[in-house]
Amino acid sequence: MADIEIRGITKTYGPTRVLHGVDLSIANGEFLVILGPSGCGKSTLLRMIAGLETIDGGEIAIGGTIVNRLEPRERGCAMVFQNYALYPHMTVAENIGYALKVAGRPKAERLARIGEIAKIVGLEDYLDRKPSQLSGGQRQRVAMGRAMIREPKVFLFDEPLSNLDAKLRVQMRLEIRRLHQRLGATSIFVTHDQIEAMTLADRIVVMHGGRVEQVGAPRTLYATPATRFVASFLGSPAMNLMPAEILRPGLARIAGGVDIAFDPALFAAVPGQQVELGIRPEDVELVRPGTEGAHALAVQFVEEMGASRLVHGRLGEAEFAVVQPNGRGTEGGETLAIALPPSAIHLFDIGNGRRLGLEPQRLDAVRAA
Amino acid sequence: MIERSPLLDALTHALMIVGLIVTAFPIYVVFIASTHDLPSVNQVPMSLIPGNHLVENYAKVWSKSDFGAKMLNSLIVAVGVTVGKVILAAISAFSIVFFRYRLRMVFFWMIFITLMLPLEVRIVPTYAVAADVAEPLRWLVWLFGIELALPPVNLLNSYTGLILPLIATATGTFLYRQFFLTIPDSLVEAAKMDGAGPVRFFIEHLLPLSRNNMAALATIMFVYAWNQYLWPLLITTEQSMATATMQLQKIVPGPLFGQPPIWNEAMAATLMVMVPPLLVVIFMQHYFVRGLIASDK
Repeated sequence: MADIEIRGITKTYGPTRVLHGVDLSIANGEFLVILGPSGCGKSTLLRMIAGLETIDGGEIAIGGTIVNRLEPRERGCAMVFQNYALYPHMTVAENIGYALKVAGRPKAERLARIGEIAKIVGLEDYLDRKPSQLSGGQRQRVAMGRAMIREPKVFLFDEPLSNLDAKLRVQMRLEIRRLHQRLGATSIFVTHDQIEAMTLADRIVVMHGGRVEQVGAPRTLYATPATRFVASFLGSPAMNLMPAEILRPGLARIAGGVDIAFDPALFAAVPGQQVELGIRPEDVELVRPGTEGAHALAVQFVEEMGASRLVHGRLGEAEFAVVQPNGRGTEGGETLAIALPPSAIHLFDIGNGRRLGLEPQRLDAVRAA
Repeated sequence: MIERSPLLDALTHALMIVGLIVTAFPIYVVFIASTHDLPSVNQVPMSLIPGNHLVENYAKVWSKSDFGAKMLNSLIVAVGVTVGKVILAAISAFSIVFFRYRLRMVFFWMIFITLMLPLEVRIVPTYAVAADVAEPLRWLVWLFGIELALPPVNLLNSYTGLILPLIATATGTFLYRQFFLTIPDSLVEAAKMDGAGPVRFFIEHLLPLSRNNMAALATIMFVYAWNQYLWPLLITTEQSMATATMQLQKIVPGPLFGQPPIWNEAMAATLMVMVPPLLVVIFMQHYFVRGLIASDK
């Protein structure tokens, strides 16, 4: 077990720079999820920690030791790959025990450890099979067992669930979480799936274009996204975002002449400022028509999601989505009366995409007060 | 394009049968010739019905031309060349595919270009080197002006001399290279994470994975080495080092000697010499096809 310090990491492939100076500290035993769209540099960062990519600039320390020049095997990391990367010519037992074999441990010890690990990942009955005879979930378990057997200081997961079907993914997610609780090893998990990130992480790092956008607890990122990108990337369905102009503190106007109230204590906005205004579809309230301050949403179409439904429509001239709890159905062409709670409004600078005004930390304090 | 109609079926079968006859008929004639005695084999036209001298012909040519020893020589050379090629090609492809070093592509192309330089083309220099392995070294030493007397090392009339010049193989390197390129990077990385170094990765992962390739290469190369004629002919002067293919030629005394060729015995010997490569192909066929067509993963 170890903490990880990442300082000013850069990476360049030919003329393109894929990482622009990333700083991160990961606490001992923490489960950190790196989240971002494909091409944001998250896998590259992970592979640099593992030692599979060279470090162009900055340094990485694991457990206080700078590992920039260390071979992967000397870093004490174990990795679970996206396509599992099992050794096709070896049985499950040989796959799991390979690291110990390389380390030159006696056979009796190896077999005992393989047995233990197989029990933890539930593969006792499959030890003699070849990877090609296993299902996707079982292969995933072999990959995890293979990583676990070395009792690594750090677990690295490179999108390990993206090759599984939806049901298995949920199941394996739980198992990974359980495993982390049991082993307590520092874990870094790379994914582009925000649900995975939200459910697994102690802290999430959102990356975009080779830079860290925001680091924080899942709840914090969801409630107070630091940038427009984080706001749009986290949460499903995605946040409604539309350009707006500040009329006066506490009031903004979006295209189509709809005035929306926000909490002036949360955002230091200047009248006349152009902003991006956001609200999550689940924060929108459905109200009785004619209620004070209600807006009219012209419904275009409805997506059925079982437990709720997602209503798409227009608010003023902006595309707008609302989550409607189960109950009365809505049809396209209708008009819904909605209220936008001022405290649920997010404002971002239209230029650099940053959240207006207060830092997220101070925001938390304001909210708590 | 898979289309089934009785007419097309009949046509393709007819084509196949014609092809088979064209290929197999000469071998049949060889067989028939090997079962007749000398007068009936020299009749024109030769009978196409088997004669009754089969055992006699084979026994006679086997002992007369000492095929036991010659086949053993051929076997040693063929196995030596095959094993050498399989190992050397694997190592060279390993280097070209998995290591990043300067001049990597230069080395690859240098190996590749030797495809265009078969032994027959470079036979004189190869012979010169085989006759005295130290010669190039001596030349280098001379170039640097060092006084050093290197004793001549002669490979003529030795198994080493028969085997070594045939071992280098661009075909094999290329075959391995193509297979190694299909191995996913993550497999290499997983082995790295598990702590395996390059040698370990080569022996414990690459070689087991390329089993089918090796079988295919071994089959082709065994047949190639067994059928070598020119090189053994050049490098061996002692009858005891002669290979089976060389011996075949000696059975047919040319018109130079004023004797009629002993076709029946020559044909019997030909068939005998064909047997070992045939057996190898039959036994390896299964892997051979898999290794050349696709990699099973």
